[in-house]
Amino acid sequence: MHNVCRTLPESTERSIQFVVEADESTYDDAPMALDLSAIRREFATLHTNVSGAPVVYLDSAATALTPDSVWEDMRAFEKNARSNVHRGMHVLAERATDAYEAARDTVRTFVGAKHSQEIIFTKNTTEAINLVAHTFGETLEAGDTVLVSELEHHSAIVPWQQLAERKGIVVEWIGTDDNGNVRMDEYEQFLETRRVRLVMITAQSNVLGSRPPLKSMIQKAHTAGAVVLVDAAQFAAHHQVDVQAMDCDFLVFSGHKVYGPTGVGVLFGKRKLLEDMPPFLGGGSMIRTVTKEGFTPADIPQKFEAGTPPITQVIGLASAINWQAQFSWEEREAHERELLAHARKGLATIEGLTLLGTADASGCVSFTVDGVHPHDLTDVIGKQGICLRAGHHCAQPLHARLGVPATARLSVGIYNTTEDIDRCRERITNAVNLLRK
Amino acid sequence: MERLWRAVSFLWYFLCLADKESTYNTAIVDLYAENILAHSKNPHHRGALVDATVTHEEINHACGDTVTLSLTIADGNITAIGWEGNGCAISQAGMSILSEELVGMPVDKALSLRKEDIFALLGVPVGTRRTKCALLCLHTLKNTLRSAAGKPAQSWLDTVEIEGE
Repeated sequence: MHNVCRTLPESTERSIQFVVEADESTYDDAPMALDLSAIRREFATLHTNVSGAPVVYLDSAATALTPDSVWEDMRAFEKNARSNVHRGMHVLAERATDAYEAARDTVRTFVGAKHSQEIIFTKNTTEAINLVAHTFGETLEAGDTVLVSELEHHSAIVPWQQLAERKGIVVEWIGTDDNGNVRMDEYEQFLETRRVRLVMITAQSNVLGSRPPLKSMIQKAHTAGAVVLVDAAQFAAHHQVDVQAMDCDFLVFSGHKVYGPTGVGVLFGKRKLLEDMPPFLGGGSMIRTVTKEGFTPADIPQKFEAGTPPITQVIGLASAINWQAQFSWEEREAHERELLAHARKGLATIEGLTLLGTADASGCVSFTVDGVHPHDLTDVIGKQGICLRAGHHCAQPLHARLGVPATARLSVGIYNTTEDIDRCRERITNAVNLLRK
Repeated sequence: MERLWRAVSFLWYFLCLADKESTYNTAIVDLYAENILAHSKNPHHRGALVDATVTHEEINHACGDTVTLSLTIADGNITAIGWEGNGCAISQAGMSILSEELVGMPVDKALSLRKEDIFALLGVPVGTRRTKCALLCLHTLKNTLRSAAGKPAQSWLDTVEIEGE
């Protein structure tokens, strides 16, 4: 509906607009409840059978499913405008470049950034964090401190540990309580007593669903002279991102968790910071001039986009953003709150099952079952078409903090229903009876 | 009894292969066969071993599964076995099932065991995602025997992927 290109005849040569801005009025006209059967019809994967019944997909925190219209937009782009960006002078190159830069502006609107040049396309969240660690990180000196919270995903931990090995910086851990709330007293003490240069903090835990008080944390960091890198990989799929209101310095997320394709991620960075940082990867596009003696880097954002970018995936990400703009954040949040409340209530009735985190958690609920390993549990119900993730969810320090080797995680997306949760609960009950010692 | 179990398990395996659109009940039996569940719930040879010749622990970091294996070795034969561990049903049942075979086995034969032997012992199809769980027992055995011989531990790759190179 927002993406017109797939309806255009092949012969249409001019003015093909691959990505159309979301109509602002959709926010005002939006109904108060989501039309779930209509939404579910748009996701082919939800109609895939496993063991004779459609899958119950409750693993959107690992990767969200993608609506068919996004695949169609990507296919239409490949068919009508496939060429490289920022290089050729021919018509296809112009179409591709226009679509690619329009997508950048769509992402700018999505995160509430001031300038589209503040949006850098990467491969995923992991690459975006590594980009900051290898560029802003290179400006740090031995003895400087990077704060990392216990809630972080490995991709938000290891790049700083690698930087510590390269540059002799110090990585300090901001502790959490049992429910995944950041220990603000520890945080403030680090800011007062250490030379903190960067704070790495998730906007939403991928295990507990807890959301640290970012605004206040960012304010305190700025007062102490530190910059803040926000990992919004989970958050961006469930709540509106507003980098200007948040005042974060960097923010990262992945396309595939916000209903877009895999292979594309985003780094937002404040213009001044990005301009002062050294380039990341060297290659085509990121240079202004190259001589035998050396090179000068291009302006942002090209400075950080060496080589041919994932063009079709970027088009797909913008298409996914425009697709979801037809729903208001209020109705999406209300829907997912209901799903998680239903899940917590249902799971709590299973004997020996312990829920982690608190009732105001967002996106997911993780749990353990006495005497049943999460891998066995999710393997058994997985064979019945119920898709849940189990393991350490790339957050081993958090699991060590919680004192559990692994957990099972139920996570929700816009397309889930309370029936999904009920089917899942029933299968878990049966599996626990089968497996329990 | 053991041979009968194996025969029954193999039969299941081929039945499941033949019936790809199997119902979920059949599918469960794939990996979580009664044999596996029985060993997981009542593991054999579990417990510390007094006067062990060698003790060695291996961890499957991807899952957090652990197995600590103790062996008594005399005259080139494994004469007693005890093990402890934590983890999923597949990893723990695997060690239990293998332990049954090991008592009285010559060390040379134990060293020559391959992943195919473990899969045959388990008697159920093991998917890609559970291979490490199923083969933790073999990896632990290999490195326990290497430790007894004063050799450094070998990697997962040596045990499960490019063995015999």
